[in-house]
Amino acid sequence: MLLEANSLKYAHSGQKVMTFPDVKLDAGEALLILGKSGSGKTTLLNILAGLLAPIQGEVILDGVKLTSLQGQKLDMFRGKNIGIVFQKPHLVAALPVRQNLELVHFFSKKKGQDIDQLLTELGIHHKAKSSVLTLSEGEAQRVSIARALANSPKLILADEPTSSLDDENTENVIQLLKVQAAKIGAALVIVTHDHRVKNQVSNYIEVKSA
Amino acid sequence: MNLFKIGWKYLTFRPLSTGLNVFLLALGLAIITVLLLIQDQFEKKMNQDAAGIDLVVGAKGSPLQLILSSVYHIDFPTGNIKMEEAQRLSKNRLVKKVIPLALGDNFQGYRIVGTNHDYLELYGVSFTSGNPWAVPFEVVIGSEVAAKSGLKLGDEFTSSHGISVGSHDHDLHNFVVSGILSPRGNVVDRLILTSIESVWYTHDEGESAPEETSIDSLASKEPTIDHQADTTALGETDHEAKFHLPVAKTGFPISDQEREVTTVLLQFRNPMAAIQLPRMINSGTSMQAASPSFEMSRLFELLGVGISLLQGLAIVLILVAGLGIFIALYNSLKERKYDLAILRAIGASRMQLLTLIFLEGLMLTFVGAVLGIGLGHSFLWLLVGVSEQNIVSSIQPWIFLKQELWIVAYALGVGVVASIIPAWSAYQTSIAKQLTKA
Repeated sequence: MLLEANSLKYAHSGQKVMTFPDVKLDAGEALLILGKSGSGKTTLLNILAGLLAPIQGEVILDGVKLTSLQGQKLDMFRGKNIGIVFQKPHLVAALPVRQNLELVHFFSKKKGQDIDQLLTELGIHHKAKSSVLTLSEGEAQRVSIARALANSPKLILADEPTSSLDDENTENVIQLLKVQAAKIGAALVIVTHDHRVKNQVSNYIEVKSA
Repeated sequence: MNLFKIGWKYLTFRPLSTGLNVFLLALGLAIITVLLLIQDQFEKKMNQDAAGIDLVVGAKGSPLQLILSSVYHIDFPTGNIKMEEAQRLSKNRLVKKVIPLALGDNFQGYRIVGTNHDYLELYGVSFTSGNPWAVPFEVVIGSEVAAKSGLKLGDEFTSSHGISVGSHDHDLHNFVVSGILSPRGNVVDRLILTSIESVWYTHDEGESAPEETSIDSLASKEPTIDHQADTTALGETDHEAKFHLPVAKTGFPISDQEREVTTVLLQFRNPMAAIQLPRMINSGTSMQAASPSFEMSRLFELLGVGISLLQGLAIVLILVAGLGIFIALYNSLKERKYDLAILRAIGASRMQLLTLIFLEGLMLTFVGAVLGIGLGHSFLWLLVGVSEQNIVSSIQPWIFLKQELWIVAYALGVGVVASIIPAWSAYQTSIAKQLTKA
């Protein structure tokens, strides 16, 4: 098992405790996390990414107990092993496209994937030197995917990556994630409530608000 | 890619806000730089020019004016004193040495100072070319005079009456350049030095041409030229002759006429003189005595108000700049919380983000400091450029002081202080909360 999450629980301050289903995933596999808005599926993703600490349960990635790592070690582990695609691209506006990806190499202290090749594969190499402010929504999303892949992660987490895309782009993005994840042998977890995605990934778990 | 580069990119991403803050800071620091440079060089120069002069004795008037005119050669002289009286003073047992000065003429605004060779010795001059003056109307010119007027060894020129340009010319007898001094960075650079006799004779001719019959028989007292003793009766030739007699190299020149000098620079024989001499001169004679160190400290006291006002202004500017930097960092941080969260998500540690914000503040203030120091020096350079011959013109705008490193340190301090709160808030940013806030 590459990724394992057992009996996770989390409580936002002043709210009820959420209980999450267990997750088991092998390298090269894809998994959808489904659920209604507010059901806590993004929270689960954050816990899997080590961005939030659960009040109970554990996350094990590639034999390392993520939930027991802290501070700088956790940041470093995340930087080296996890790539995250956020709901919105959230690119660093002060930097051009290419340097947005160089950031990943710098902070993860890892060579990762060749940036030019990655940009070419995602069809945005001609934008490498452009300001991220000049990108279209689809292009920005692809850059953010490239950013998640740049450190050759073992786990790719995507949070509603298609919510603002049209049908065609949605299919492209999911296809892209699947192909790239398979190429580098990473596990892929996609949080979504988008039925269009379900057609492409069969394996799923559902988060229900208790 | 490194933190420096990222910080720099963020700064240049907002050129207007960054530029404004850098400029504000630079202005404040520029004022401080200028003050620092002027204060340092002024005091140094003032002390250097007055070194070896314990007391200045001249006509009654403002003591500060007396010092300014006869030590620094910037103000008008207070008037003349009788040479006889000055000579009597020089024989006082409390006096070690006197150097008489005869002022009153200029060439293109450079003052002609009639004195003796002791004056050259006082300032420890050295010659680029030529020798000290030996006969009347030979002059030695300072390096700055030589450079600006283009006078060379052997060149002749006529002086103008008064100490500023534009008065009537003494065109009856030309001065001849006999020596050019090497630059010393003191007042001598801006002077034309000659014998007291030259100054006298210039004015003799201007005022009463037929005076030659009564001209001194000083030649008899000069052992080297005893054949001159019988030329007194020769009338016409006598007039020519006195121009070729050697001039006094030390002490007062010899004259049988009632002559005047402008001031006397005086050295004490012992500390006792500092107490007794000034009182004796001021109450017992028609002359006044003024101490350069006392008058200059009085002047600095007077200027002090203006200097503290400027300092205050500079500090206010720096504080405003510091506040500006703080607000800029803090505001940009609000917009950047997403960025910071993203950086954390891709592996940046809290410490790295803290460092990033501090680096931005430091880079901003460092650029401000460098710009400020550059601006200060350039401003001084402009100031020196437009002021031709007063004391400001002798300030070197491109000398760099150790204290300027303190300006940089001070600016960086402002940067650190302005970054503390933004950096701390960056340190505290919760990634998950930021990213899910949509």
